Amino acid sequence: MDNENNILEVRNLQVNFKTYAGDVKAIRNVSFDLRKGETLAIVGESGSGKSVTTRTIMGLNASNADIASGSIMYKDQDLLKKSEKEMEGIRGQDIAEIFQDPMTSLDPTMKIGRQIAEPLMVHKGMKKDKAWAQALEMMKLVGITDAESRINDYPHQFSGGMRQRIVIAIALINYPEILIADEPTTALDVTIQAQILNLMKELQDKISTSIIFITHDLGVVAGMADRVAVMYAGKIVEYGTVDEIFYNPKHPYTWGLLSSMPTLDSSGDELPSIPGTPPDLLDPPTGDAFAARNAYALKIDTEQEPPFFKVSDTHYAATWLLHPDAPKVTPPAQIVERQEKYAKMQQALAQAKQTTGPVEEEEEQQ
Amino acid sequence: MDYENAEKILEVKHLKQYFNVGKSDEVHAVDDISFDIYKGETFGLVGESGSGKTTTGRAIIHLYEPTSGEILFDGKNVDSFTSKQEKRDFRQEMQMIFQDPYASLNPRMKVKDIVAEGIDINHLAKDDDDRTKQVEDLLETVGLNKDHSSRYPHEFSGGQRQRIGIARALAVRPKFVIADEPISALDVSIQAQVVNLMKKLQREQGLTYLFIAHDLSMVKYISDRIGVMHYGRMLEIADSDEIYAHPLHDYTKSLLSAVPVPDPEFERARQEIAYDGGQENDGKERHLVEIAPRHWVRAADDEIDMYTQRAHEASLIHD
Repeated sequence: MDNENNILEVRNLQVNFKTYAGDVKAIRNVSFDLRKGETLAIVGESGSGKSVTTRTIMGLNASNADIASGSIMYKDQDLLKKSEKEMEGIRGQDIAEIFQDPMTSLDPTMKIGRQIAEPLMVHKGMKKDKAWAQALEMMKLVGITDAESRINDYPHQFSGGMRQRIVIAIALINYPEILIADEPTTALDVTIQAQILNLMKELQDKISTSIIFITHDLGVVAGMADRVAVMYAGKIVEYGTVDEIFYNPKHPYTWGLLSSMPTLDSSGDELPSIPGTPPDLLDPPTGDAFAARNAYALKIDTEQEPPFFKVSDTHYAATWLLHPDAPKVTPPAQIVERQEKYAKMQQALAQAKQTTGPVEEEEEQQ
Repeated sequence: MDYENAEKILEVKHLKQYFNVGKSDEVHAVDDISFDIYKGETFGLVGESGSGKTTTGRAIIHLYEPTSGEILFDGKNVDSFTSKQEKRDFRQEMQMIFQDPYASLNPRMKVKDIVAEGIDINHLAKDDDDRTKQVEDLLETVGLNKDHSSRYPHEFSGGQRQRIGIARALAVRPKFVIADEPISALDVSIQAQVVNLMKKLQREQGLTYLFIAHDLSMVKYISDRIGVMHYGRMLEIADSDEIYAHPLHDYTKSLLSAVPVPDPEFERARQEIAYDGGQENDGKERHLVEIAPRHWVRAADDEIDMYTQRAHEASLIHD
């Protein structure tokens, strides 16, 4: 491991899918870290490779997937070198996943008590009685009311929100080090979504797990994430802390994503939108894959792929606009507003430090 | 929207839509709702799953036989159409755009035949050349290429398919379009494209929309007025800016407080407002009352004062 604060390190990952039409280059050289206890959000459109990334971590890719290169280090072991048998020991024990659709991720013919207890019996060899007792505790923890009687119910007897709570209980019963949540609230109503997100935050504190949160909903990201990675066409194009990505984004794709989402106080006739559609990954374009849809594209974007440019110690973006020789451009109005807000926040923070600084020193002296 | 001189295109009066009537599992999907839609406006219908918003849309286009109540379209009762011609005319004037662009297009038909189906049924084309021309114009209108017309749906992305669905709805030159969650299945960047297209078409062709959705920020963006449904009832109707800035009903407040906002600062300070649905079922007689000008709230007689008070505090009423 490069850094002892990391629980997971993904390096230079490339995944291709073999199809009749040729190789689909789904993941094109992706690297990222997951720190202990943090929530890392991966955002992007469908087909950007966010789900393939997590499925590769879990070892759950379809049989036509070919991992062309890379490593996924977890506790000094490379998950990509593990056998299927070894991965079975890790899934549901060290790394667990919450899937998008609570309607299809539960077994309709199995009592929910057994479904929640199963990981304990499989991974820890626990006896049924003890496992069910723990399952009951977990049900209470995730907020299923009247757990004693409901433990013998079947999934169809629960609402969508309750089912997602059950899925969370199954994922967390072994206190995994890493929880992967792939669009866990997309199928739910906003009010239920708010409950589930609060529950996830609460449980993260309680069992100190690290979360990889996959979603296309930037509103959810703003509330959940510590750090954000933006994916486009099989690559990470920008990553940083949640504040850096939302208030000081540098990549034109991030600009487009942020401005095409109406906020509750946006109005006007035309919603800024990203023109066109994502590229075909059977034959990815040379240079910056976003260039064709990018109003800010430079000539070099169609010729050469941009490397990551450093914005701050925690914030990197792969766009030629950050090159010292690049022309200065003005981002869309919405983004400028966000940057202004960020500047004010930074200022306020600096002022707060100045005023509270001496006070702290005095306390230390006492 | 100028509502002073606006003409009603649709009137829903005390619509009830029950399922499994008389059985033990009788469902009151829509329970006595009334509202009007004016010519040229976009009326947004929001609510959680199970609130009855989709059932309302389907009842309006007469996919169901209403349990009771009336739906007047251009002054005529939708339920009264008996002759084939009347029914055909109605279906020409009112069209629907569906949620799932993968399920709503026949995979075995070419795009041109999907789009032209309504043209054929209503005999809107003089001859084959005219038909081809109309289809090509429609595809161009929705931002597709005319070369696309001989392809099959599977060759298109979700956003493009939704454009085909819109072209199909527009092919018969409707006045009124019901869009049931038309963008929920699409990616964020594509959602904006489709919403912009719908707005453009509305301006150019004077369409009236009933926009059904659960994505509250997008609904506000596209709608002139919004109705909030819960448990099959209409709880609040007002102009979209007003209902977002000054919701009067507790449920609307709770719903709005749960919407995630793409702003970390805001999210850290978020306070959700809980709502107890039980307060609607206390047996009191309730109906929509105009609390402030063009702002309706479902209230019992003894609650009107409370809502009026709230409207005063939000300066919706001046005296």
